[in-house]
Amino acid sequence: MKDIILRAENISKQYRLGTVGTGTLSHDLNRWWHAIRGKEDPYLKVGETNDRSAKGNSEYVWALQDINFEVAKGEVLGIIGKNGAGKSTLLKILSKVTAPTTGVIKSRGRIASLLEVGTGFNPELTGRENIYLNGAILGMTKKEITSKLDEIVAFSGCERYIDTPTKRYSSGMTVRLAFAVAAFLEPEILVVDEVLAVGDAEFQKKAIGKMQDISKSEGRTVLFVSHNMAAVRSLCTKGMLIEHGKTVFFGDIDETIDLYLKSSIFSFNSNNYIEFEEKENMPIQISKFEVSSLNSRGERSNSSGVLMGDILEFSIFVLAKQAYSNLKASVIISTASGTRIAAIRSNEITDIVYETNGDFVFKATASDLKLMPGDYVVTIALAENNTTIAIKEECIGFSIVPTDVYGTGRIPKGNLYVYSEAKWELNQK
Amino acid sequence: MVKMKVPEYMNKTEFSDEEWLFEIAPKNNFFSLNLKEVWRYRDLLMLFVKRDIVTVYKQTILGPLWYLIQPLFTSIIFTIIFNNVAGIKTGETPAFLFNLGGVMVWNYFTSCLNDTSDTFKKNASIFGKVYFPRLIVPLSIVISNLVKFGIQFLIFIAFYIYYFMIGKVTFQFTTATLFFPILVAIMGILGLGLGMIISSLVTKYRDLSFLVGFGVQLLMYVSAVMYPMVLLKEKLPTFGWLIEYNPLAYVIETARYMLLNEGSISVSGLLYTVVVTIVVFFVGLLIFNKTEKSFIDTV
Repeated sequence: MKDIILRAENISKQYRLGTVGTGTLSHDLNRWWHAIRGKEDPYLKVGETNDRSAKGNSEYVWALQDINFEVAKGEVLGIIGKNGAGKSTLLKILSKVTAPTTGVIKSRGRIASLLEVGTGFNPELTGRENIYLNGAILGMTKKEITSKLDEIVAFSGCERYIDTPTKRYSSGMTVRLAFAVAAFLEPEILVVDEVLAVGDAEFQKKAIGKMQDISKSEGRTVLFVSHNMAAVRSLCTKGMLIEHGKTVFFGDIDETIDLYLKSSIFSFNSNNYIEFEEKENMPIQISKFEVSSLNSRGERSNSSGVLMGDILEFSIFVLAKQAYSNLKASVIISTASGTRIAAIRSNEITDIVYETNGDFVFKATASDLKLMPGDYVVTIALAENNTTIAIKEECIGFSIVPTDVYGTGRIPKGNLYVYSEAKWELNQK
Repeated sequence: MVKMKVPEYMNKTEFSDEEWLFEIAPKNNFFSLNLKEVWRYRDLLMLFVKRDIVTVYKQTILGPLWYLIQPLFTSIIFTIIFNNVAGIKTGETPAFLFNLGGVMVWNYFTSCLNDTSDTFKKNASIFGKVYFPRLIVPLSIVISNLVKFGIQFLIFIAFYIYYFMIGKVTFQFTTATLFFPILVAIMGILGLGLGMIISSLVTKYRDLSFLVGFGVQLLMYVSAVMYPMVLLKEKLPTFGWLIEYNPLAYVIETARYMLLNEGSISVSGLLYTVVVTIVVFFVGLLIFNKTEKSFIDTV
């Protein structure tokens, strides 16, 4: 039997939707009335599976439902799932930020969380003071911090600024410092959420390395939540896939990731467009987004499978109730594992100032996007001046289908994202 | 739909009773206060106190002098309005010193109450990310306010010495003066207790924060801050109960008795105050502990 350090039994979490305001008092009173008569909470019976897009009837939803898992000492568990699947809620329960509605988590070690680094940083305090403050918030004693101070400072790479207030730091530096503090925590179980989304490549590498150290050489357990499948794959030994608040899969990390990728592509791959539910009282909203492709003969294809080398057309259909004077749009293409590989931004490409009055369609035609076969997802955003006014994250996916783009009869191969037209030359000397 | 694959142990309904370090469960025992944990985090408490004191007046020219300006000017205005214009008599003691003493103690109470009453709301972002005993935050507020109170107390002593030099007050050090720190503690604990109750309720019902804002202002007028307790009882006998049942009035009246030998000391009144303080504090502690488990969902 392996050394189980953490066990979750039937963890569920219920949330009430809508605004907390009128009605809370009456629900509270009703709950209290049931409680004093020794009855069960009447609102625990209601509640629906948490599916963001489907309309529900109940005010209560289950963000998590009957989550069970065990983690052994030294294991790195990757928790993956789509936005809103309940990953962060689970981490919040694990780090005692909020209590579960039902169920128990049993632990044999201290749990420290890194939900978002830099918690409790006070911009007025210097880097050194913040190390102490942040360390103490994360559960270290002053003595522990003092003994590790030099290491922390060295790891962060902020020696020069250590006695400067952190409000003068760049955001990257703040993150480095914050991660450094957390990395030198010595809990038996470390909970990490999306820290790697920030910081430059060099620092990310350092951070991943540090986390590997923590688990491998120091034998500590890490629970890791991220959308970055590359990071998850390299760090984790086990995986848990959550969908709509339920555990769908628990086991080997590679299997988990494959399953996640398959399920996420499958769910929106049948059409080459997606229509969004119209909301009332929104001055501007994206109603539909379409990806179509034009082949070399100029024929349009309306399938989500796009042949290599075809021209991609991205059409954003927008409902607007007011006039906009300086509109910008961007289309961001990511791999299925979440790595962003291309951004097509109207304001970078042209100097034209787009003005609109009423509904419109914003269309981008990309002829030079040479994508390798594989699955891709698209995020679209609209901005006026520099404020984002509408965004749809990873709202649609398309697949690039292999073909003989070079006309040589040979299909480009490999687990790659882009290819290029090129001219090869050989000059004998 | 993806096929479920559930590891075998998950199907087990019963787990053996092994030794666990701790459990995270929906509800704690109502009376478990986790004071041990608060003690473990004492370093954090002191760091919060330091942060509160250091950062408040950063990038200000006068810095900690602001701690003094506020009670001084309040006392000056009270003296002008209540003593010079309205003609309230303050006995042997110079009106300004009388007011300064009252304002100083009152300020300690209100700053404890005001600052702790939005603990959850103000710290929602940090509480939403990491766990540490939430009690640390209100405790740190009470302690950092104590430092502020100490500074104000120094200025009071300075004025006391000044009035002593010009012969307006006679120096009387009685045994009662020795109990002054206890009185300050009562004020702090009462503010903390009320603050904890309010901060817990504010997470759901924001109305309370408005109530506190002006309620505290009104409370001052029935707490014998700028007049002796007897005066209200004499002039408004029908409203005498207002001050009679107000534990704060006893504290302020007693504080002046201890410091300035002015007014009266009521043993039954003080006893009543102590009981109220203890009850409020423990009720506050219980509600606070209950709220901290799930407030993040409602705040």
